[in-house]
Amino acid sequence: MLQFFFIKMDYFVELFFGGITRGAIYALIALGYTMVYGIIGLINFAHGEIYMIGAFTAFIVATVLSIYGFPLLAIVILAGFAAVIWSSAYGYTVERIAYKPLRHAPRLSPLISAIGMSIFLQNYVLLAQTSDFLPFPELIPEFPFMEPVAHVVGSSDLMILITTAIIMLILTVVIKFTRVGKAMRATAQDRTMAMLVGINVNRIISATFIIGSALAAVGGLLIASHIGQINFYIGFLAGIKAFTAAVLGGIGSIPGAVLGSLILGLTESFATGYVSSDYEDVFAFSLLVLILIFKPSGLLGKAETKKV
Amino acid sequence: MMATPILQISGLTMDFGGIRALNRLDLDVHAGEIVALIGPNGAGKTTFFNCLTGIYTPTAGEILLTPPGNSKSISLKGLKPNHVTEKGLARTFQNIRLFSQMTVLENVMIGQHCRTKAFILGAILRNAATRREERQIVEKSYAILDKVGLAHLANEFARNLPYGAQRRLEIARALATEPFLLLLDEPAAGMNPQETQELDRLIKEISTDGHSILLIEHDMKLVMSLSDRIFVMDYGKKIAQGKPAEIRSNPAVIKAYLGEDVDA
Amino acid sequence: MFYLNEIKRAFLTSLWFVFLTFPIVVIKVDPIERIVRWRWENSLYMAGGIFVVYLLVKFFIHRKSQAVEPEVDRDNEVKGSFIHRILANPKQRNVLIVVLLFAALAFPQFSSSYQTNVMSTALMYVVLGLGLNIVVGMAGLLDLGYVAFYAVGAYSYALLNHHFDLGFWAVLPIGGGLAALFGILLGFPVLRLRGDYLAIVTLGFGEIIRLILENWSEFSKGPSGISNIPRPGLFGIELSLKGEIIYLYYLMILFVIVTIFIVNRLQDSRLGRAWIALREDEIACQAMGIDKRKTKLVAFALGAFWAGIIGVVFAAKTTFINPASFTFLESAIILAIVVLGGMGSIVGVILGALILILLPEYLRALSEYRMLAFGAILVAMMVFRPQGLISNIRRTYHSDKKFHPPTQQ
Repeated sequence: MLQFFFIKMDYFVELFFGGITRGAIYALIALGYTMVYGIIGLINFAHGEIYMIGAFTAFIVATVLSIYGFPLLAIVILAGFAAVIWSSAYGYTVERIAYKPLRHAPRLSPLISAIGMSIFLQNYVLLAQTSDFLPFPELIPEFPFMEPVAHVVGSSDLMILITTAIIMLILTVVIKFTRVGKAMRATAQDRTMAMLVGINVNRIISATFIIGSALAAVGGLLIASHIGQINFYIGFLAGIKAFTAAVLGGIGSIPGAVLGSLILGLTESFATGYVSSDYEDVFAFSLLVLILIFKPSGLLGKAETKKV
Repeated sequence: MMATPILQISGLTMDFGGIRALNRLDLDVHAGEIVALIGPNGAGKTTFFNCLTGIYTPTAGEILLTPPGNSKSISLKGLKPNHVTEKGLARTFQNIRLFSQMTVLENVMIGQHCRTKAFILGAILRNAATRREERQIVEKSYAILDKVGLAHLANEFARNLPYGAQRRLEIARALATEPFLLLLDEPAAGMNPQETQELDRLIKEISTDGHSILLIEHDMKLVMSLSDRIFVMDYGKKIAQGKPAEIRSNPAVIKAYLGEDVDA
Repeated sequence: MFYLNEIKRAFLTSLWFVFLTFPIVVIKVDPIERIVRWRWENSLYMAGGIFVVYLLVKFFIHRKSQAVEPEVDRDNEVKGSFIHRILANPKQRNVLIVVLLFAALAFPQFSSSYQTNVMSTALMYVVLGLGLNIVVGMAGLLDLGYVAFYAVGAYSYALLNHHFDLGFWAVLPIGGGLAALFGILLGFPVLRLRGDYLAIVTLGFGEIIRLILENWSEFSKGPSGISNIPRPGLFGIELSLKGEIIYLYYLMILFVIVTIFIVNRLQDSRLGRAWIALREDEIACQAMGIDKRKTKLVAFALGAFWAGIIGVVFAAKTTFINPASFTFLESAIILAIVVLGGMGSIVGVILGALILILLPEYLRALSEYRMLAFGAILVAMMVFRPQGLISNIRRTYHSDKKFHPPTQQ
């Protein structure tokens, strides 16, 4: 009887950690969505593709380096750097080309532009690389000290959680205490006022995109290593789910994005573990639809009143 | 004995979270009157209009509309904006809200929407009844445009009009809904003295045609020239009401605008 | 010097893009064979391409800012592009229509079956574009889940035929009606939503319907789809494959004509004006006495109706359907057609559909780049020409009386 309980417990704990890990990855992507929405009111449809490009860049660099015989630690660090640098570059460029010219256009224009960018980037990677599923080298070895709990929590899970936690900490410090962080918060609250007090709004918006993209890149690197394979389409689905998480927590709110991601990750994990795995995506989409219809401000967001 | 006011507002209160924008406001308009609502910026005048026209639902109080010659009063509280217009109350906006992608004439024709009924089948078949209705809409719209002096620009895009003309088009559009009470939100804003004079003449003509008017305005010369009665608001409350001469010398009003006593 | 500065900028921009695209465009790894291919030539193409594109874009922007606004004619004649002038002149317009009609009717005689088939597909997208145009172009509701109604039409034919043996013509109105019903059902929850949230929710709906079709195998036969769907019948006459293709083509011509007729009538009607008012300014629209909920729902329903009709045609044309045909990408393509053509413009949407569907066929060598081009077109149109290829023209109305500008006092 006791054995039965332990098996049940084991399964629960496994699902729990699986959920938190998912949540962590979603959080890394969701933060990009929420920060961009907070600062220019745009749903950056192409953000999922930035995440995918981060994963691809990490893949390419890691594979090349491993073919040339670099040590594992060097590969991890260099691939990580590469992913962050290039994803940030893509995020910056996308903003300059597709969103900046439309800053004063009606709301739907940048959204349509973002959709176009998303399609463009997906097919760009498809054409330049391949439509195949590419195997991602395992960058995180199994740590011996994880042995006893390895059946419920893997070393990879642990790395994801630790990395994400560290990044969250750094991000919180940046937003709260640095000049850039304060400028970002000011611009998000009132762009005109921020300009009037001398903040270079264009630079701050670019910085927001760069930071969001860098986070997504780390997410791309981690998930690719965790799952073991990537393909050009992973951005779309991960993007929608991360966006759902951001909305759930309250779009525009950074703690909200983290909260929403954790909730989504856990719910998905438990739902697919205990109910059925077929309808996993339907669940995420339905959640998104329900939140937007009934409580668009999310858990931690403020309801907007319009001024006529 | 005075007939029932066509518009009776009692105890109107509007809270936005912790802020009380309207504080137990009372106001009434009688048939054929031109009533002005004045007060410093931020007094709550446009909020008041928004409560009347269904954009906000007031926290408390009552809004009663009685069509002239009718004895039955309708409560406007909680009605949707389009229903309010159907009942006979039309408004213009402080910031011009024209349909810029449509022509001047079409903007006015839109006003006729709630007085006509052709729907999907009518649109597709264009049967005799629909065509007759469209003809009537066009003719009525041209007549209204003529009244505001814009008929020669009927097929011009609304966005191409100069500012003063756009303001007049807004009034024309509201008139097209065949209201008996017209709410004008700062109709003279941004107009030069000559345009304001034209506006004065136009509003008087609209009043003679049988419409009652409630207007928000900052241009005191215009207010004094037009109004039969004036209500003064500050911080969401009514601080004075009366005929123009009374209001002009009312110390509370002067204090509200200048922020100090007359003798100080 | 103006030009030297621009050339320097172009050079720097192309350098940036070479850096940006380096890992993805230059490096190709084969993880199984463990080899790395360095495609340096791509960098060169990239540099050259970006350099040229940058200069071209700057040049056109410069040209546009130099152009002076044309003055408005006293008599309010419709100025503007070539197409506008032809359309405004009734005689020229009718000649154009007759010519096009003849060309369309004669087309199958001069082309292969394959080309006729492609043309039918293009015509289907014309109708889809016109249908979405009602929702997006006229009413201003960014529906990203339009493909769901398309799927409803297709699956209703496939399933009704499979279970109840109903024929094409019987299901056609049913498919349209069911899709319209779904339009209302999907419209209800989004009535209060603002533009971008509306877009995401409709996207969600579209995906949910596709996923349900994929997973609820008992109902929809899942990913393997439904096959052996009969083609439309012609009074029971047996037609060869070639005959079927030509028959379907003429059917589509008929549908396109009917759709253009109906949409045109709707555009210049009380309902059409209400939609445009809704799109322009929801608050002012309500202030004018328009019931925004009813207007939105009718837009959704009518738009969905056409998607449903074409869905039935699609099922009959390809005789096999599965959920993979109804992805978000389809909705994006139809949206691209409306955006390219010009929101609210019938002629524009027709042009947009023909360009986006036919051009890839005739530029076969570049067909790989088709989706890439779609994405780029969406971005480019929004940034450079948001009004689309053919901008909106409104009907002019004339009164019996003559009006003069008011005399100055």
